[in-house]
Amino acid sequence: MGANEFAPTADSSAAGEGYLRAPERKGLLRFITCGSVDDGKSTLIGRLLYESKLLFEDQLAALRADSRRQGAGEDELDFSLLLDGLAAEREQRITIDVAYRFFATGTRKFIVADTPGHEQYTRNMVTGASTADAAVLIVDAQKGVSVQTRRHSYLASLLGIRHIAVAVNKMDLVGYDERTFRAIVGGYRDFATRIGLEDVVFIPVSALRGDNVVVPSANLSWHRGPTLLGWLESVPIDEDRLQRLAFRFPVQWINRPDQSFRGFAGTIASGEIEPGARVRVQPSGRESRVARIVTADGDLRRAVAGQSVTLTLVDEIDVSRGDIISRADAPAEVADQFEATLVWMADEPMLPERPYLMKIGACTVNAQVSELKYRLNVNSLEHVAAKTLALNEIGVVNLWLDQPIAFDPYKENRDTGGFILVDRLSNNTVGAGMFEFALRRAHNIHIQALDVNKAARSELKGQRPCVLWLTGLSGAGKSTIANFLEKRLHALGRHTYLLDGDNVRHGLNKDLGFTDVDRVENIRRIAEVAKLMVDAGLIVITAFISPFRAERRMARELMGAGEFIEVFVDAPLALAEERDPKGLYKKARAGQIKHFTGIDSPYEEPEHAEIRLDTTRLEPEAAAELVLRELARRGVIRTVG
Amino acid sequence: MPLTHLQRLEAESIHIMREVVAEADNPVMLYSIGKDSSVMLHLALKAFHPAKPPFPLLHVDTTWKFRDMYAFRDRRAREVGMELIVHVNPEGLAMQMGPITHGSAAHTDVMKTQALRQALDKYGFDAAFGGARRDEEKSRAKERIFSFRSAHHRWDPKNQRPELWRVYNARKHKGESIRVFPLSNWTELDVWQYIHRENIPIVPLYFARERPVVERDGTLIMVDDDRLPLEPGEKPRLRKVRFRTLGCYPLTGAIESQAETVTAIIEEMLATRLSERQGRVIDFDANASMERKKVEGYF
Repeated sequence: MGANEFAPTADSSAAGEGYLRAPERKGLLRFITCGSVDDGKSTLIGRLLYESKLLFEDQLAALRADSRRQGAGEDELDFSLLLDGLAAEREQRITIDVAYRFFATGTRKFIVADTPGHEQYTRNMVTGASTADAAVLIVDAQKGVSVQTRRHSYLASLLGIRHIAVAVNKMDLVGYDERTFRAIVGGYRDFATRIGLEDVVFIPVSALRGDNVVVPSANLSWHRGPTLLGWLESVPIDEDRLQRLAFRFPVQWINRPDQSFRGFAGTIASGEIEPGARVRVQPSGRESRVARIVTADGDLRRAVAGQSVTLTLVDEIDVSRGDIISRADAPAEVADQFEATLVWMADEPMLPERPYLMKIGACTVNAQVSELKYRLNVNSLEHVAAKTLALNEIGVVNLWLDQPIAFDPYKENRDTGGFILVDRLSNNTVGAGMFEFALRRAHNIHIQALDVNKAARSELKGQRPCVLWLTGLSGAGKSTIANFLEKRLHALGRHTYLLDGDNVRHGLNKDLGFTDVDRVENIRRIAEVAKLMVDAGLIVITAFISPFRAERRMARELMGAGEFIEVFVDAPLALAEERDPKGLYKKARAGQIKHFTGIDSPYEEPEHAEIRLDTTRLEPEAAAELVLRELARRGVIRTVG
Repeated sequence: MPLTHLQRLEAESIHIMREVVAEADNPVMLYSIGKDSSVMLHLALKAFHPAKPPFPLLHVDTTWKFRDMYAFRDRRAREVGMELIVHVNPEGLAMQMGPITHGSAAHTDVMKTQALRQALDKYGFDAAFGGARRDEEKSRAKERIFSFRSAHHRWDPKNQRPELWRVYNARKHKGESIRVFPLSNWTELDVWQYIHRENIPIVPLYFARERPVVERDGTLIMVDDDRLPLEPGEKPRLRKVRFRTLGCYPLTGAIESQAETVTAIIEEMLATRLSERQGRVIDFDANASMERKKVEGYF
């Protein structure tokens, strides 16, 4: 391009005048640009910077020298050299990493995340998109919408960008032809609707000539919409939307200079708050009222999304880093199992069942992918069956955490719905995820919490409490397997307790016989005891025939989500009878024992047991190992040793 | 109530500082006395109010700062009541290292890069705040807000952690450290507007005054003391100048200016067509020189 052609198209000095006059009213818009150098992306950004005076004479001089060194013709400026700041990028003439650029007009300051276009740099684009309010997709008018444009559109939508401008560039090279432009618009609209993009505008431009970038162009007089800059100056800022949502305040740091002050520092993720407001600390469920909104500039009477403040509460209740303070009448959901979309960002593949650290807001917990439902082909949007995710791949997964957290769906709130996964060994950020919804809600978390509760007790033990409910015929091997299981868990440093006939029938339940009514009461008492032990933070193993589905369901419903793990110790009656370790079948057949399960009392096989152990093929020790592996998979224990 | 761009930048910087304090074992704030450091210090006072910022200030002193800067530094530290650690590379001091005798590259390496590494090791700091901004230089535009350094203080620009939303991964192995840049998204103009809005004290050298200068290769060098050897026939002349950035005095060029107030500085900036680093001699050394210095441990 000639230097003359890059002269300001308008009175660009005017763009700066608002700086001094109205910095107090100027907003901040963050946007990303997507496209490749070939589409004219760098030229477009270069023009925006130049026309808003954020490109200075000495930088232009350096750019001229650089352009010549890289083999550009006399007087030609290669703006990619300006934007691609790393030595490797300049050598290879490609954009690898996100670059942040800044410019401003009289009404707004802009932060541009310039993101690379190639599929192999998807993670970099996702990073840039994560903080953007808007996206500018650059399309070459000669080529139309490409696969790459579709991919960028999908990623922008996935990362929660609500406003998209498709800048149809190089209009000068198609003779400013309206029909070419209309064809591109028509081809894209259906696609945009399909991926859920609601606000899409199309702007014909020539970045090189400056048409319609900052000022309307006579060459494009048929175009009725805004110029690109006009659009950027008017597109809604996401933080303004967040102010209208329910109040969320992730607690970042406890400010305690002395005994007289205890404040909770953080950045308001959404909504607004005022002193006196009733709030709930999540996930614990404790409630209080806001006493003060403290800032260095004095206490505030109201604070809104985006502000970093320090709250004090009326009551001395327990609040820690990572908690979320919500309005009591509109709290966040609390859960420990989720469906989420995951973008993988590491060279090492994502492994289901491997424990990762999850950081969401100021909260760090253990998490594992319990199931990879499918991988997404980012070009065709097809669902592909997969066992793992490689670098830059995107999948929909089920996630299990080792403790419940407060959250919102990502599409409502990025701060309370977006998380990163960190590798526990390398400490690297290996994935980024967006919560879709909770698989099982931990409603019980909302009740008034005791000071020392199940979470506190199990945290002390470093485990997730649960009941392993072994059910099966007499002689199926329940007690033997249960014993192996407890020994192995004990060796792994887990806190356990085994409930079986020996320690229950002779004490707590010695008043009960074997009639159906007594059997039901037997199981009810065992289930209640198991529940108390789970509340104490233990991993409880029960080994009872527990023949009726209804009683097992009753036991299941006593426990919290994910805490009841039914283990069907499966042995055919003939085999169990053949084993007959205590000679009970013989007695039953002889009529000496009444109501014996399998003989004259029914055994109702589990229909949805979490684990089934086929004892015709598994030795008791191997069966116990199988259970251990399943416990590790479910995050009850970290490893199987 | 939409927030203004300055409110949002302030909130972001405060969020970053609190996150570091919550996650790091032994943080420190690099204090270079310049306007960016002044803004960063002001933000720290706000972030932890009513507590004092729970970390000390560290000035890596090359011994070649302007006299006004030393006076300002000591006064400011007293006023805010924070601990100020001053570190000078003892080896550099012993060999009387200076930009005039040894050249700017060697001086910067020994008195800044090496000295910073020494200080971080000596006190075991695992996170250090720096006032660098992304608009200053190309390689900075690509640097993360939480920027990791190996146990040898090296930066690996090709292997940076993805940084999404407001979620910062501050986990590191023993010996590794983080440089954190709370002003990453501020521009020079934002800094001045914020200084204006918040009435932040800055070194008087930023304001135009008559000062003794000599002109060398088109750069105005202030004669701050008798360590600057004059060329034959060279005579310092009083000219009304100010500084856009402050570094070591023979390495920092002044500009002619009439701006005696922050408002006047902002007005002058809006009229300029030159970037702020034009006055910095060290950036002219070579293309991509900043990236190279940073890889070696420069801030």
